[in-house]
Amino acid sequence: MALDEYEKRDFQVIGSRPVRPDGIDKVTGRALYGADAVLPGMLVGKVLRSPHPHARIRSIDTRAAAALNGVRAVVTGADFGEIRKGETRNVAENAMAFDHALYDGHAVAAVAATSEAVAREALKLIEVDYEVLPHVTEIAAAMAPGAPVVHAGFVEDSVPDGFSENVTARHEFGHGDLEAGFARADKVIARTLKTAATHQGYIEPNACLASMGPDGRGDLWCCTQGHYFVRQLCAEIMGIEESRLRVTASEIGGGFGGKTTVFVEPVALMLSKKAGAPVKLVMSRNEVFRASGPTVSSEIDVKIGMTRDGRITAAEAELRYQGGAFPNITVMFGAMAAFAAYDLGAVRTVGYNVLTNRPKQAAYRAPGAPMAIYAVESVVNELCEELGLDPLEVRLKNAARKGTKSSYGPTFNDIGLVATLEAAQAHPHYRAPLGPNQGRGLSCGFWFNFGGNTSVSLSVDMDGSVSVTEGNPDIGGSRASIAMMAAEELGIPFERVRAIVADTASLGHNDVTDGSRVTFAVGLATIKAARAAKKELCKRAAMMWGIDEEAVTWENGCAKPSGPNAGSFEPLPIEKIARKSPRTGGPIAGHHEVNAEGAGVSFGVHLCDVEVDPETGHTKILRYTIFQDAGKAIHPDYVEGQMQGGAVQGIGWALNEEYIYGKDGRLQNPGFLDYRIPVASDLPDIDTVILEIPNPGHPYGVRGVGETGIVPPLAAVSNAVSHAIGTRLYELPMSPPKILKAIREG
Amino acid sequence: MESGNMRYLAPKTVTEAAQLLADSDGIARVLAGGTDLLVQMKAETIAPDLLVDIKHIPGMREITAEAGGWRIGAAVPGAHISEHAGLKADWPGVVEAAALIGSTQVQGRASIVGNLCNASPAADSVPALVAADARVQITGPKGTRDCAVIEIPVGPGKTTLQRGEIVTAVLLPARTGIGADACLRFIPRTEMDIAVCSAAVNVTLDESGRCSAARVALGAVAPVVLLVEEAADILVGSRLDRATLERLQSVCSKAARPIDDKRGTAEFRREVVGVMARRAARLAAERATAKAGEKA
Ligand SMILES: Cc1cc2nc3c(=O)[nH]c(=O)nc-3n(C[C@H](O)[C@H](O)[C@H](O)COP(=O)(O)OP(=O)(O)OC[C@H]3O[C@@H](n4cnc5c(N)ncnc54)[C@H](O)[C@@H]3O)c2cc1C
Repeated sequence: MALDEYEKRDFQVIGSRPVRPDGIDKVTGRALYGADAVLPGMLVGKVLRSPHPHARIRSIDTRAAAALNGVRAVVTGADFGEIRKGETRNVAENAMAFDHALYDGHAVAAVAATSEAVAREALKLIEVDYEVLPHVTEIAAAMAPGAPVVHAGFVEDSVPDGFSENVTARHEFGHGDLEAGFARADKVIARTLKTAATHQGYIEPNACLASMGPDGRGDLWCCTQGHYFVRQLCAEIMGIEESRLRVTASEIGGGFGGKTTVFVEPVALMLSKKAGAPVKLVMSRNEVFRASGPTVSSEIDVKIGMTRDGRITAAEAELRYQGGAFPNITVMFGAMAAFAAYDLGAVRTVGYNVLTNRPKQAAYRAPGAPMAIYAVESVVNELCEELGLDPLEVRLKNAARKGTKSSYGPTFNDIGLVATLEAAQAHPHYRAPLGPNQGRGLSCGFWFNFGGNTSVSLSVDMDGSVSVTEGNPDIGGSRASIAMMAAEELGIPFERVRAIVADTASLGHNDVTDGSRVTFAVGLATIKAARAAKKELCKRAAMMWGIDEEAVTWENGCAKPSGPNAGSFEPLPIEKIARKSPRTGGPIAGHHEVNAEGAGVSFGVHLCDVEVDPETGHTKILRYTIFQDAGKAIHPDYVEGQMQGGAVQGIGWALNEEYIYGKDGRLQNPGFLDYRIPVASDLPDIDTVILEIPNPGHPYGVRGVGETGIVPPLAAVSNAVSHAIGTRLYELPMSPPKILKAIREG
Repeated sequence: MESGNMRYLAPKTVTEAAQLLADSDGIARVLAGGTDLLVQMKAETIAPDLLVDIKHIPGMREITAEAGGWRIGAAVPGAHISEHAGLKADWPGVVEAAALIGSTQVQGRASIVGNLCNASPAADSVPALVAADARVQITGPKGTRDCAVIEIPVGPGKTTLQRGEIVTAVLLPARTGIGADACLRFIPRTEMDIAVCSAAVNVTLDESGRCSAARVALGAVAPVVLLVEEAADILVGSRLDRATLERLQSVCSKAARPIDDKRGTAEFRREVVGVMARRAARLAAERATAKAGEKA
């Protein structure tokens, strides 16, 4: 494990707040997003979607559509359903139904035509003969024996008897003697908590432009968090080698995990292949809600035992997640993360994945963790209330720390939880007075973080400025952070570095922008690439001076003789070495490839004050403070932005966001009018306290910060609402009708 | 019919506009701010063959004093209403209701006549217009007429307007005596939301500070806005004291005929619409009392 990367040093560039290099393009409209790509002769693609939550497709008659003037290609599942197995098969079947429509909005056919109007008309001419089947959209109903089978053939050996075929996997984690632990407790509380499915809510709908040539080579432009993964999936689905498909990522208008897979991309490629022309496919907001991936909904049983003085003696949870009509492992992450913040002698979590007639879930910021930790942090707070204990003291008393055997197995190294809790305890927010109908809530949060495959190339241009080529779409300001790390390492101003995100043919494989990995892993590779370039720069300076390579060091953007014995030369700045490079061996560059480890887990603590209108159940967030360990904040604005953004999304889950299904199995709120994400005026200024406890796995100590922030708000808001109204809700979202009912029922 | 064949026309007179609408044989629509219409076209819930834009007709974007009250042209955007000092002084409730619509961007376009003619049971400005006893002026192929605002909507998406008829203005009556209005809506968020329920109250006070006239209207708790006369009767003769307002609250809750849907349960709407009515009545009373203070 790479746990010895960190070296203490004074920073010049890191920790400053330069203007974001992609900012001007974004505010002036110069930035090109997914739907902005154009090619000559481009066709418009449109998708026909199932109005039924569950149906067998007896036949699809596309003749009339194909015959319409202006229609150049029609595709259905018959064009896709070949030999592939496993997740790629699921991705393909989700992009275009094979023989069953599995949810309201599932794609069943698509057309490419010369205009939007013709494409729309063509969809109306496609006749699908459906045999409507019984459907199920809720967890408990889907698990019950005898439930309609959503999608057969996925049940793993781990699943015990007694469930319907919709229960596809069981995961278990933990250690210690639960029975003895609960016996030692003075108080045991067991509750069932529920959360609704929520959408990532990115502003930019999924969009792509596909162009397949007659020789089986293709190009794809799309908005994605990971174009290498897009290439891998699409190449496999199209039955071509990866190198034949080049994928270029556009600017991205938000992803939050939701753009880590493909929906319309394989459809556009198939249409383009059949039509022999480029095809653009842009999802509408309605399609995004119905047919891209929201997160799971959940039902979680939590049981925790505590002594009178606040020590947790045993903890147990059963998690049941549904993520639509295809299997996924989100519940495994939930089962792993649920009790991660606690040092426990006896703990067990069991997770079940359940299939339903809903869209295939996609990753959403810390997938699986927010719901699990909401359930745990609600019950911990309830125990504190019952036993008259301070919820922060209790968390400190039970906090995981260096050497703790985590509830999911590994033993923790340096983690920042205790420091984070202490920062919250010392903050004025924790003691600020509250008025009538107001309440304060607290919650811890956790995410694993990830490193992964990364490839970066850095070139010193002829005038001594620097280009960094990386392969991870920038969804949170990473180009700025990457350029800052290159500038720091080379000792040159930030403004002299430009970082770009290159296409799949330009670099080695890069894993998706997920797992809070980019500033950590791409940053690490950038620093190493810069070090390689520095070595080369020193070598060139040595040649220019006619001394030994070892006798040259690098300082403040210049090569310098390493000591009096090396000879006395004026420092050689990077631009002079670069200009002379044709005569010293050619272009100067550095690169680095790594499967980065040592990402370092991340903890956060959130404090939230609310006021609840006792006559309407309306909740107003009054004050919100985030405490989180960033290891080292490269560009503090973007660290704060990640923390604030995560909190806002979590507040949305807590208060109003939910997928609402009717009895007919159709999604009732596929738009931002009735799918209520928080608006700016709903929120106070969200305060952040960044802790910097260096991660030993990164040269500058960086720890990913992208995901942990969405984990604590659910319980922080729920605990605050309980405090304000004097009764507890066990279900999210806590929309006003539910709160008012809880108040009335006391 | 393909949406590619839609015609857009911007006539210079109301008669011409009404004639164009009456003569068209497909689906024809008046275009004011377009904040309902364009969204519906994008969502493919409507595909008009003809759009008649009324924004270029003289007077349509003007607010003028008329017969002691106010005339608001049919295409006046919300932002102009919010900045009109005279309107704000006489009809603060109507102004705040118009300002509830959408966001800053939407306010630059959205008209209260469009809000009314779109005939959503949740239209935010309509309860206040009804409480104000506002009227609308209408021009059609057969000439001009006027009618009370409450007579326009008859159900979700349906109005009493005949083919070719265009609403040209809203007429707010002259204030007699000392009075004020107020409007409140309930939404789960703070803006950009559709009303779960709403209430508007308009009161007039006599010399002694007693309520001499009142109108109470409720929104989003029935297929059309409800004018609750029983609620007004409770206010008239009272000093708008606490006990009276509590009776108003319960009468309004009883008068509501809400449904359960994704935006709220019937039970919730019934309860909260009463709360909105009580709070709006108190606000209207405070405004009227303040005016009385200024006069004294
Ligand atoms: C983002 C957003 C937020 C919104 N928020 C709200 C909200 O909070 N509350 C709310 O109530 N509404 C809201 N709306 C809906 C809409 O903005 C309002 O209903 C607005 O008042 C409509 O006015 P308009 O001038 O844009 O109407 P248009 O869209 O131009 O017209 C609406 C309808 O009325 C007809 N019409 C318009 N003018 C006339 C006329 N003079 N004579 C006859 N028929 C006519 C049109 O043909 C059309 O059917 C929102 C809309 C958007 C896009």
